Amino acid sequence: METKIPEVHAEDSNEAVISVRDLRVRYGEREILHGVTFEVPRGQTLVILGGSGSGKSTLLRTLVGLERPSAGEIWIKGQNISRITEGELDVIRKKMGLSFQGGALFGSMTVGENVALPLREHTKLEDSTIQIVMRLKLEQVGLAGFENYNPSQLSGGMKKRAAVARALSMDPEILFFDEPSAGLDPIIAAGIDNLILKLQKAFRMSIVVVTHELASAFLIADRMLLIDKGNIVAQGTKEEMQNSKLPRVRQFLDRIAEPEVEGEMDYLQMLTGEAPDRSL
Amino acid sequence: MELLDTIGRNTVGTLAYIGGLARLTGRSAYYTVVGPFRGKPVRFGRAVHQAMAVGVEALPILSLITFFIGVILALQAAYELRKFGALHLIASGVAVSMTRELGPLMTAIVVIGRSGSAFAAEIGTMKVTEEIDALTTMAIDPTQFLVTPKFLAMMVMMPCLTTWADAMGVFGGALFGITSADFTFATYISTTISALLLRDIVTGLIKSVMFGIVITAVGCHEGFSTGAGAEQVGRSTTSAVVMSIFLVVVVDLLFTALFYFLER
Repeated sequence: METKIPEVHAEDSNEAVISVRDLRVRYGEREILHGVTFEVPRGQTLVILGGSGSGKSTLLRTLVGLERPSAGEIWIKGQNISRITEGELDVIRKKMGLSFQGGALFGSMTVGENVALPLREHTKLEDSTIQIVMRLKLEQVGLAGFENYNPSQLSGGMKKRAAVARALSMDPEILFFDEPSAGLDPIIAAGIDNLILKLQKAFRMSIVVVTHELASAFLIADRMLLIDKGNIVAQGTKEEMQNSKLPRVRQFLDRIAEPEVEGEMDYLQMLTGEAPDRSL
Repeated sequence: MELLDTIGRNTVGTLAYIGGLARLTGRSAYYTVVGPFRGKPVRFGRAVHQAMAVGVEALPILSLITFFIGVILALQAAYELRKFGALHLIASGVAVSMTRELGPLMTAIVVIGRSGSAFAAEIGTMKVTEEIDALTTMAIDPTQFLVTPKFLAMMVMMPCLTTWADAMGVFGGALFGITSADFTFATYISTTISALLLRDIVTGLIKSVMFGIVITAVGCHEGFSTGAGAEQVGRSTTSAVVMSIFLVVVVDLLFTALFYFLER
């Protein structure tokens, strides 16, 4: 199922905005990602699907430079970010935006100050200009007029929107979402999905979304990738994914529970790490 | 074998901890001194905000505590001195003990309880809610953004608070001096002033700056090393307080010994 990755180098990255090759990440002794290869085409949305503990959050953290890979390459904007210094990484980080699962808004600042913070830190814009940009970003996510609220006064969905506004403040080329609809009611979650679609269609942004919400994933994705136990099980367009015959994919998409351990042989298989359905 | 293993492990752990503190202090010093010349201005607004929280808001409780300490010192000194009919020595005794030792130390204890713990809790909570990660992904160095203003505030406010504490201790001693020894307020103060050497005050202030560095480094370091989950914030806060008190006493010992041999 693994697709062949075309050679993408420094400047000719018109096709793929992110290109990951044989990425391995370990925390101490334990390897979380065992050689992951994929790419994100420019202006498209890639959804990374996976269960809890599959390594999808680690993958996202590595893509934005919060974790350093132990091996492999991550090419973003023509630079291999696994080999560069923190200072060089910061230059790339300014072109990326990340919306955290819980929003991660700074509680000591108002919503407006949160959105304005990257502009204040990284640009020499006048305060009045920053105020205008900040209001514009809040309007884009449907939070016009909320700039003087504290994050604690916002509902879960509004926090996510505010976090998106903050991620958008530096006009990033790549936007990352960590579990955008987790913990939200279906209507609010649909609103966030629409927001992601709008950002991709209207601003031609490249978007990477990590989620396990299937409905949301099939709505917003151009391409999908299923990750399990630190390996990519399948990747392709959402149609390819939908029609996949791979047992692990079917299990995930059709929401089938893990078979329970019954006999000695099952237990042995579990211990040796070879799940029965993966030998197919 | 197991014993060696434990000793080795603990030694490495301790060294790593001290290394972490030194690294944090070094990076903060870099951002305070070198940073402004490299286009990374110091956040004076945030530093002033911290200085208010660390310094000005600590004044009422610090005043009360050090005033009482002054009274206690006078009482304890009088217990011995009156056997020799030397109650007039109370003023100088209180003055020297306060400025050289108890002023800086009590200030440090109060600041640890109020601010060292708050640093750990603030940064620890930010770690748990991914706000620290958010800063990093926005290309903002958490050390520069969060720690440097705290260091600046502490290094300015600790000597100020200590000076205030010294004075309150002297007033505490004066209360006893006036009521139970034959001092008037004026004679007590003039005896105090003539008994004190400038170096008594200065060594105390130098110590207070060192305590400020230790308290900030430990509080912030504990905050940054908070694990996942809200209960970890509580653990960080507790160990920030315990560790700060311990290290402040160690630094106190080192500097007191240093001054003792320098002044001989």
